[in-house]
Amino acid sequence: MSYSKTTSSKSNSAKANFAKVVSKKKSLVKMSSKSVKSSKSAKSNTSTQSLGQLPDKTLIQMLDLMIKSRVLEERLIKIYRAGESYFWIGGPGEEAWGVPIGLLANKGQGVKHDFLHLHYRCTPTLIAMGMPMKDSIRLMMNRVTDPSTGGRNFSNHYCIPEMNIAPVTSPIGVQYGIALGTAHAQKRAGAKAISIVTGGDAGTAEGDFASCLIWASRKDNELPMLITVQNNYWGISTSYEGQHGETNIADRARGFNIRSRVVNGNDPVESYLALKEEMDYIRKTGKPSFIEAKVSRLYGHSSASGANLVTSEEDCIKSFSDKLVSKKIITEKEVKAIWSAYEEEALRATEEARGEGAPTSDSIWDHVFADNENSDWRKF
Amino acid sequence: MANMAQAIRLALNYSEKNLQLRDVFGQDVGAPLGGVFTATQGLKTSWNTPLDERGIISMAMGIAMAGDRCVAEIQFCDYIFNTIDLLKIAGNTLWCTNGQYKLPMTVMTPVGAGIRGSVYHSHSFDSWASRIQGWKVVMPSTPLDAYGLLLSAIKDPNPVLFLKPKALMRVRGDELIPGEPADEKELKMRIDAPIGDRSKWKADWPQTEEYRVEIGKGKITRQGEQITVVSWGRHLLLANEIADELKADGVSVEVIDLRSIYPYDWGMIKKSVEKTGRVLIVNEDTEVTNFGEHLIYRVVQELFYQLLARPRLIAGKNVPGIGLHPNLEDATVPQKAEIKSAILEIIEEVP
Ligand SMILES: Cc1ncc(C[n+]2csc(CCOP(=O)(O)OP(=O)(O)O)c2C)c(N)n1
Ligand SMILES: [Mg+2]
Repeated sequence: MSYSKTTSSKSNSAKANFAKVVSKKKSLVKMSSKSVKSSKSAKSNTSTQSLGQLPDKTLIQMLDLMIKSRVLEERLIKIYRAGESYFWIGGPGEEAWGVPIGLLANKGQGVKHDFLHLHYRCTPTLIAMGMPMKDSIRLMMNRVTDPSTGGRNFSNHYCIPEMNIAPVTSPIGVQYGIALGTAHAQKRAGAKAISIVTGGDAGTAEGDFASCLIWASRKDNELPMLITVQNNYWGISTSYEGQHGETNIADRARGFNIRSRVVNGNDPVESYLALKEEMDYIRKTGKPSFIEAKVSRLYGHSSASGANLVTSEEDCIKSFSDKLVSKKIITEKEVKAIWSAYEEEALRATEEARGEGAPTSDSIWDHVFADNENSDWRKF
Repeated sequence: MANMAQAIRLALNYSEKNLQLRDVFGQDVGAPLGGVFTATQGLKTSWNTPLDERGIISMAMGIAMAGDRCVAEIQFCDYIFNTIDLLKIAGNTLWCTNGQYKLPMTVMTPVGAGIRGSVYHSHSFDSWASRIQGWKVVMPSTPLDAYGLLLSAIKDPNPVLFLKPKALMRVRGDELIPGEPADEKELKMRIDAPIGDRSKWKADWPQTEEYRVEIGKGKITRQGEQITVVSWGRHLLLANEIADELKADGVSVEVIDLRSIYPYDWGMIKKSVEKTGRVLIVNEDTEVTNFGEHLIYRVVQELFYQLLARPRLIAGKNVPGIGLHPNLEDATVPQKAEIKSAILEIIEEVP
């Protein structure tokens, strides 16, 4: 499965939509991007967004991808509700943060490209990198065609070696340690590629998070890493206050002399600009940088808690499309058209995935060892 | 003859030069110490890590994911337990990704008792390791096997756990590593770091050669007819000694050095037990859900009607630790006398 061709193009209908919208808008929108939010304000359901100095093209592209990701996640939830999958966990509400990462990453395979060590709320990043909706749905429905795991793992547990997407695993926090190794190899290769790692706020209590800060910041051995946290203020049912004594998680990085900041992860422009600045810094200096993004959790933790829409938190897509509409960068009609094109695409993809095969029982022994060397002791 | 620490060092040096080994790391693994058992002295690619076992295993996983070869060390296996979920992940990554991400990494760690190491320098890990799927697990009993198994581990596309019996680190074998200087003193002069200031010291590496012990292959170290003793690591040498002593008394013991815990050489065990009809498994990990129980299960399932006596396992007592006083350690890990009398009992048993 190659993503090299699909990464910059979307589905035909969506692409047409996007091009049409962009061609109408030529002006740059100038607004301040310096809007680091306190923890409280990021949790309200009112808009906290800015527009920065990004070209309309990028603004609309981000909105488009955010909608695509949301539509996909909502489709995954529907698939769960229809009894066609066993479990859903995902990233609706974290699009304004995830999409810019995907747009800015140096995409490709091997140490000359960025590695991404993600958790289970990173569909927006992968959508922005060009993952087809259908591949996420195949994973959700445990199809044999699921390119990430072949039907072996939960939704949103992606693995795409062609884009250096390290396998998402369930144990919370382990990605923070593993990312050290890819960053170490990237540094040796000297190609200015970086390792990007992200996870949730509660997961920062795991030792691997501390390992990451310690190993990434050793004097004269600094690693080219973008260390990030998607702070949605919850660890399942445990509140931020229930776990954290530190004011911001980002404060912890400063103790290791790691450059560090907090961004409003509900604001795609602020996120984009911050990510760009920090990625440039890391590529230039070879040193780590840290961003904590304050985000919303719009459908609760997972299907285990019902996956119901939460209305008390800011919906970054609503805020952003309202903003673009009010600034006349896009019309309401055009926004609607984006939603419906993707809804149609998601529905079609679901129907197709449904008809694809299931993994066979005798495949359980496949890939225990590399190159399918026998691992079944009965056959030793 | 090289001791096991020197053999490991030679294997790592060979691998740096010939097998694209890029990193050898762990606590105190780099200069000036070169490892608490000196097994990594003088290497080009060795470096010291923070005191963080989870960081060490994670780092190895990331390096392997990026496509480079590395050997990571956990200073004592007693301290590997807080990495066990990472070992699980390293072992299941290929499987979970449906064959997409290989993790060719080697983790080495000293194991076992025998040096009066008290509670936290005496643990074993072979039985634990046998339950971490996706890993290959090896444990040499001689320097030459250590050399050959380590080369195989580094070459292998899977994660490999290389268990070093710590009591054997200073023990010499009776076979030269190909390319090793025959004179022990010369070897020492060339590759052992000097006492005192080492800042200017560089190893003068002999040109050792490619020599591999295939993972999954055991070795018959004593031929015999009356009983099969299967062991590995430190206790294998005890089994050899006992076989030699009993031979003088006219008792014929076949000894198998399993060398690989997983995958393991069932063919060799089967053939031997078919011949002798009697089997004793010896190792020092604790006895309840010991890996030897799996081997006995298989012996019973597949060779039941060829058995002349009940198969038996001698392993570490199922207590929380190995106490420091020799009375405590000796009562906990299998001792020579106990093994010898078990052999004689099994031989005398009639169906
Ligand atoms: C090591 C580990 N412990 C517990 C769990 C169960 N678990 C899954 S998600 C989660 C909460 C994670 O919260 P956070 O890190 O804030 O991420 P979020 O889900 O909020 O994005 C827990 C406890 C797990 N998957 N892994
Ligand atoms: Mg959270």
